[in-house]
Amino acid sequence: MGPVFISMILVVGHLSFGILEGFENIILTIITCVILDLSIGKLYTGTWKNPASAYISGISVSILVRSTFLWPYIITAAISILSKYVIRYKGRHIWNPSNLGISWMLFFAPMYVAGLSVQWGNNLAPMAIIWILGMFIVYRARRLHVTLTYVLSFILFAFIRSLITSDPFLAELAPLTGPMYQLFIFFMITDPPTNVGSKRGQMFVVFIVALVEFALRLNQFVYAPFYALAIVGPIAKAIDLRFFQKK
Amino acid sequence: MRNSTKKENYRPSKTVRIAVTSLFVVILAVPILLQYDAERLSPGKDNAEARKYALDVFGFYLEEVSDAAGVDFIHRSPALDSRIDHILPTIASTGASVSVADFNNDGWNDFYLTSSKYHTSNALYKNLGDGTFVDVADETGVGKINEKGTGVSMGSVWADIDNDGFEDIFIYKWGQPRLFLNQGGTGFRDITESAGFPAWINANSAIWFDYNNDGLVDLFIGGYYKEKINLWELENTLIMPESFEYANNGGRNYLLENKGNGFFEDVTFSMGLSSTKWTLAVGSIDFDKNGYQDLFIANDYSVDELYMNNGASGFEEVGKKAKIGYAPKSGMNVSFADVSNNSQYSIYVSNITEMGILLQGNNMWVPAYGRGGEVEFANRAGAMGIELGGWSYGSQFGDLNNDGYQDLYLANGYISAAKNNSYWYDYSKITGGNKAIISDALNWPAMEGRSQSGFQQNKVWVNSQSGIFADVTDYISDMPPRDSRAVALADLWNTGKLDVIVANQGKKVSVLKNHGKQDKNWISFQLEGTKSNRSAIGAQVVLEWEDQVQSQVVTGGIGFCSQNQRAIHFGIGASDHVNKVTVIWPAGGEQIITGLSINTTHRIVEEHEIN
Repeated sequence: MGPVFISMILVVGHLSFGILEGFENIILTIITCVILDLSIGKLYTGTWKNPASAYISGISVSILVRSTFLWPYIITAAISILSKYVIRYKGRHIWNPSNLGISWMLFFAPMYVAGLSVQWGNNLAPMAIIWILGMFIVYRARRLHVTLTYVLSFILFAFIRSLITSDPFLAELAPLTGPMYQLFIFFMITDPPTNVGSKRGQMFVVFIVALVEFALRLNQFVYAPFYALAIVGPIAKAIDLRFFQKK
Repeated sequence: MRNSTKKENYRPSKTVRIAVTSLFVVILAVPILLQYDAERLSPGKDNAEARKYALDVFGFYLEEVSDAAGVDFIHRSPALDSRIDHILPTIASTGASVSVADFNNDGWNDFYLTSSKYHTSNALYKNLGDGTFVDVADETGVGKINEKGTGVSMGSVWADIDNDGFEDIFIYKWGQPRLFLNQGGTGFRDITESAGFPAWINANSAIWFDYNNDGLVDLFIGGYYKEKINLWELENTLIMPESFEYANNGGRNYLLENKGNGFFEDVTFSMGLSSTKWTLAVGSIDFDKNGYQDLFIANDYSVDELYMNNGASGFEEVGKKAKIGYAPKSGMNVSFADVSNNSQYSIYVSNITEMGILLQGNNMWVPAYGRGGEVEFANRAGAMGIELGGWSYGSQFGDLNNDGYQDLYLANGYISAAKNNSYWYDYSKITGGNKAIISDALNWPAMEGRSQSGFQQNKVWVNSQSGIFADVTDYISDMPPRDSRAVALADLWNTGKLDVIVANQGKKVSVLKNHGKQDKNWISFQLEGTKSNRSAIGAQVVLEWEDQVQSQVVTGGIGFCSQNQRAIHFGIGASDHVNKVTVIWPAGGEQIITGLSINTTHRIVEEHEIN
């Protein structure tokens, strides 16, 4: 279901709003993700992996990263996939792969990459469709509570930020209505392998993600949600594996 | 189950783990090293050394001589309705413009500059021919254009609207547009009222072109804010774009047909130009070679538009068909050039590049013609090395070093206010939102004196003769960053070199004198239409020398809020002769002339050549 949904976002987004700005980027990114995941997965597990996860990572990266060069797409894809095999704790990978790849590039290579800038026309209709379908997908994946907790937390912190900065509440809320967040809340924060085990734990962690994002936003980090997840996600996962997972 | 067990029991070898980990570390290091390298390569400057190097290697450098030339004009930005004070710098971010014309026909290029604050004067700098200029705007009647209640100037364009041999001037505004008839080079008469122009527009672009080839130049005006909005007395604050990619709530465009008696008829809708995107630049050229001038429109917050002129049946928008109408950016400039000396015009559109935040990149639309004459474009800016500017506005192509290839000058910089305090975070926050949020100015966070893409250097790119441009900014020009907007090229000192005038937002104008080596030759053409419009707007000049062919077109405004000198200037490198020149007149005829001397300006009258 996930690959189908994200493919649909991609196709509709590109046909309606030209989000890809060319096909080289996405082809390169998906190929890099799939080849690396299959080949290194084979080396690490002795079996051929299902390429669905790598496919989703490839599409996420190609939508969320913007560059006028091709190499950042390959590098971001490679960081994303390799991190799954290299950065592990108790036999599990702890970072959301594409979140790490994208955050790394946005932070360390700002002269070469930026985040998604196309905004689906800023219209309500495409946004509503993606929200409805996205909610359905995360409900089927039993992650609706994660998405809803994050959204409610974001709204709460947007309100607090508006009190602190004196900026209009709607200005603080505005990012949530954009496509970058739609991908973030339906695909990144709900990623099962990097979520903690319990439902309450998942809700708590995603609340902390929103809290860290709140702090980063007060310090004017444009890509606050990615950085917040990249900071909180692995710490929470490591704590969960260390203290709460059955041996 | 077997597979799962196998997976759990399988362990990669140490060698594999070390190899994969090493690969991961190397890949992590790649962006860091490249970022470091890019920052390290930004060269420092020693002016004298840079100029010597520029002269030796690139054949020229630009020296700012505004003070010595007596040009001390400072553009002033408007103060608007107090309800939008919190984002005033972003709204009042345009209005610095420059347009060149020899208004008194003395053989020396003069230029007109606009200011955008109530009770500040525009300037008409008359070239005294001795290297200095004097502002004659007030004494000629084109100075006091920005009186309270009438709106303020955004730009101007020159053309001989009555074919009397003197260039007239149209001034577009956020407010009441103005048209002045040149009175024999000694003054101007305001004929706005009888011209039938719209009472109020909020325009940032206009060009003269003869859309119907009747020998009279017509006027296209591109709307920005809706024409019903008075930015000094807002009815409400719903004035912002409804989208940052697909906004259609901008001002309407106007196509005003010159009827020949000082009156202009609004034929916009009957000719199919009903778009209401946020237009910032427009250029006209006959792309499909059907004898009629087409329109290329660069829009802010949207895709660009290409209108093919089908003659009597009007204009047809073919942006998507021509492959330019897909990726929305922030179109702020239109300029044309035959950069590869193959008689095909590419189109340069400036956009926004802010490292780490918004990498739109500028577009260089290179044409390819199908068998049926249909044209498609591909964006080659990246491959040609002219993609990354900054927050870019106007640009102009011209052969700055007379080597026979068109170079490029690009204006950069949006709002320079507090250093190290940027509005970009808040900007990116609001622009990602739904249209119900972003279209209301009250929802926008206050700028509070912050900069946004400020302190950016203008760019000079030299054409390396292979279609690839080299960024030579650090060697060529020592002009400090000034939030530049409009650029015009003109030979101000009649030296056979193209000088540069840059209009800067809220700042002093920059006059950059071109110091070129004397080992390159040139030739210029001043065209005069007889059947065609007298300004010869739309005429194409095809010059052949040695084994080279280059085409240029006479425009009635090009770039962003700018207009170059009327004469067409070609560098011909070390060649000591030209083979022939072909003039394709907008009225249809072709004129071929041979045996022309070089290093001089030739006056060519339609059907008659006078040296």
